[in-house]
Amino acid sequence: MTNNVVVFGSLRNRLAMILTGGAALLAVLLFFVVRAYATQIAQQGQDSILGASVSSILDAAVLRDGAVELDFPYASLSMLSTSADDRVFYAIYEDGALLSGYDGLGAVLPVQSGESMFTSTNYDNATIRVATASRILIGIDTPRQVSVSVAQTQDALAETLNRISRNVALFGAGFFALATALAFWAASTTIGQLSRLTTSVTRRGPQDLSPFLKPVPSEMVPLVGSLNTLMSRLDQSLKQSEDFIAEAAHRVRTPLATVRSYAEATFQRVETQENRDALRSMMRAIDESSRAAGQLLDHAMVTFRAENLEREDVELDGLLRDLVQRMMPVADMRDVTIDLESTEPAIIRGDPVLLQNAFRNLIDNALKYAPADTSITIHVQTKPRISVDVLDQGRGFLPAEMDKLAGRFVRGGDTQGHIGSGLGLTIAQDVATAHNGTMVLSNRPEGGACVTLQF
Amino acid sequence: MRYFAILIFSVLPLFAAAQDWEDQRVFGVESAPQTLRILSSTDTSFFIPIIESFMAQRPGISVEYLVTGTADLDDLFRQSPDQFDVVISSAMDLQLKLTNDGFAQRLGELEHPDWAQWRSSLFAFTIEPAAIVVNTAAFRGLSIPATRQELIEVLRANAELFDGKVGTYDVRLSGLGYLFATQDARASETFWRLMEVIGSLDAQLYCCSGEMIDDLAEGRILVAYNVLGSYALARADTQDALTVILPSDFPTTMMRSAFVSKSASDPILAESFVSHLIGLQAEGSSKDFPLPSLDAFQATSGRASISLEPALMTYLDQLKQQIFIREWESAIIQEQ
Repeated sequence: MTNNVVVFGSLRNRLAMILTGGAALLAVLLFFVVRAYATQIAQQGQDSILGASVSSILDAAVLRDGAVELDFPYASLSMLSTSADDRVFYAIYEDGALLSGYDGLGAVLPVQSGESMFTSTNYDNATIRVATASRILIGIDTPRQVSVSVAQTQDALAETLNRISRNVALFGAGFFALATALAFWAASTTIGQLSRLTTSVTRRGPQDLSPFLKPVPSEMVPLVGSLNTLMSRLDQSLKQSEDFIAEAAHRVRTPLATVRSYAEATFQRVETQENRDALRSMMRAIDESSRAAGQLLDHAMVTFRAENLEREDVELDGLLRDLVQRMMPVADMRDVTIDLESTEPAIIRGDPVLLQNAFRNLIDNALKYAPADTSITIHVQTKPRISVDVLDQGRGFLPAEMDKLAGRFVRGGDTQGHIGSGLGLTIAQDVATAHNGTMVLSNRPEGGACVTLQF
Repeated sequence: MRYFAILIFSVLPLFAAAQDWEDQRVFGVESAPQTLRILSSTDTSFFIPIIESFMAQRPGISVEYLVTGTADLDDLFRQSPDQFDVVISSAMDLQLKLTNDGFAQRLGELEHPDWAQWRSSLFAFTIEPAAIVVNTAAFRGLSIPATRQELIEVLRANAELFDGKVGTYDVRLSGLGYLFATQDARASETFWRLMEVIGSLDAQLYCCSGEMIDDLAEGRILVAYNVLGSYALARADTQDALTVILPSDFPTTMMRSAFVSKSASDPILAESFVSHLIGLQAEGSSKDFPLPSLDAFQATSGRASISLEPALMTYLDQLKQQIFIREWESAIIQEQ
């Protein structure tokens, strides 16, 4: 049934895709944000050490005999040691003129005295971070401005950042993997509700059009509601059409019986061979119609009773014996014998009217197709399950048709010349199904058909 | 153009000859296609086995070994860094500053402890202590000092005996002397008191350890302060005349270091020499490597050495240098 549904994408895949895509976006965002933050922190770390170095050098500045002296401590440069052995540069200026150290560091003097100014620049083919601060020394004559720059390459910083980037990338990838797993899980769980509904729809019997009563998630309520409405409408229209058929069959059967009796009476009176033949054909057609009407009524009855099955203990062998006895006259007419083989009582819980109807149809079928001077065997088994075989010695079923014969109004391709409506096997199968049983059609190896009802 | 080239080639030898080397030796054939020029402050005798084992692996090269003082070496190299391939010096501070200033080449995969190298460019290959070396005969009857404080006491108590007989580095001439003096001054105030005592005894000032030890052995001076222990020990092995004292109050040590010039003419050959040098150092066989290796020193004394870090440049700052030399001069050169 699903092959003629047009498929457009998959809800589960779409849901998983959206969640996974979101996770990927978040992971990438996380990477960049954390990296930018780490860069800032690492740069602040380097800046604070450079600033400390600058202020320790600046603190050592004194005016002695009118000249600037700067006996800065060993620690000023010692504190700049890094694991990557970064290069260190410094410069000391007095009123803007280089006093000592490296020239051309590109120091930018801070606006406010006492504060450190940080810049990044290029020096001797390397990126350096420069910290600069200045101080006013008050001498006897004029105030002097001493400024100090300390600079450092950024190898250790780059190493730290690379390490952080690697870790954050790993973390992001882990986050993504976890989020993806969660996304698939969430998608499967959500879609699981739909699959469960699908399964319970699929598992229903062909006649079951009752509403769904199991609890469903709120989002699925409209769907299930419409489904229930649809089914109840379907159920109602089915019932209506069945009622209509039954009513029609009933109304047709009574006038048919009247027509038949008139035809028979006329048949007795006419003598011309031509007219007799015509009347015989007429009676035959009337028989066929009334049989079809009867079976339609039977089928409607079976459908109704099967839906509202009332179970009681039914002794199958007794039921069959009665049936065989009642059908004996017809069998005798055709020179066919009916043998009932039953060794022990077979009792099942079910509706005797339905069971009788089913077996009558099967025996009727067998009688129809059995050649003269043969026998029909009804074999009752109780082990391993209760089953009844109806066997004849006719032509058997056409192997190609065996699967379809139980359908409504389906007749075998080799049944011309026999009266039939195509409902006999349908009725038998519906009865078997209503009793949780099955009907199996087969051909006997020695010739003839075999219909088995298993309960 | 050709005349110009001829002019350069005729002037170059003159320029080279103008340099006054302490020692200059060429190993191997003169006309070899590859020549490794090593600028060093280490006496040639210590490097002969090292250079010979290097050349044994590479036939067809020649090695020019040029020796000069540490301060002179720094000036020379800064003027013409392309004239030398490998620079070896005992003045760690000057070496570190050269590396920091971008004169050294980063070398690739060299197996060397992290504390003994800087930026994969500067490689320390010895640890050597500064020592007090005394003339054993002169101290007969006197207690041999084990610390700087004891040395001060001995000198004060025997001022007549030691007058004019105490030698030390002239920190204005020797880069190594300056390094030892500044590290001493960093460690303890005792250094300044000792300098004042030595100054009052009319100190003899030297440019190099070698000359100081010569004078000691010949009795012209009786005490030498901050002599390179390794040089003194090399002599003490053959002569009983000298006693080498490693002061027990605080140690002053230096690491001899080497780097490859960034403008080396044959960087691959230069790198392989440095690699060979630290390889020999790690093997630690005294026949192939006559200098004290890193491991040997650590094993015997376990003392800390001056670490290779940018802080070494502190005392090379012009302002600090001026102040330090002024103080040193006022202590050691006392005009009476």
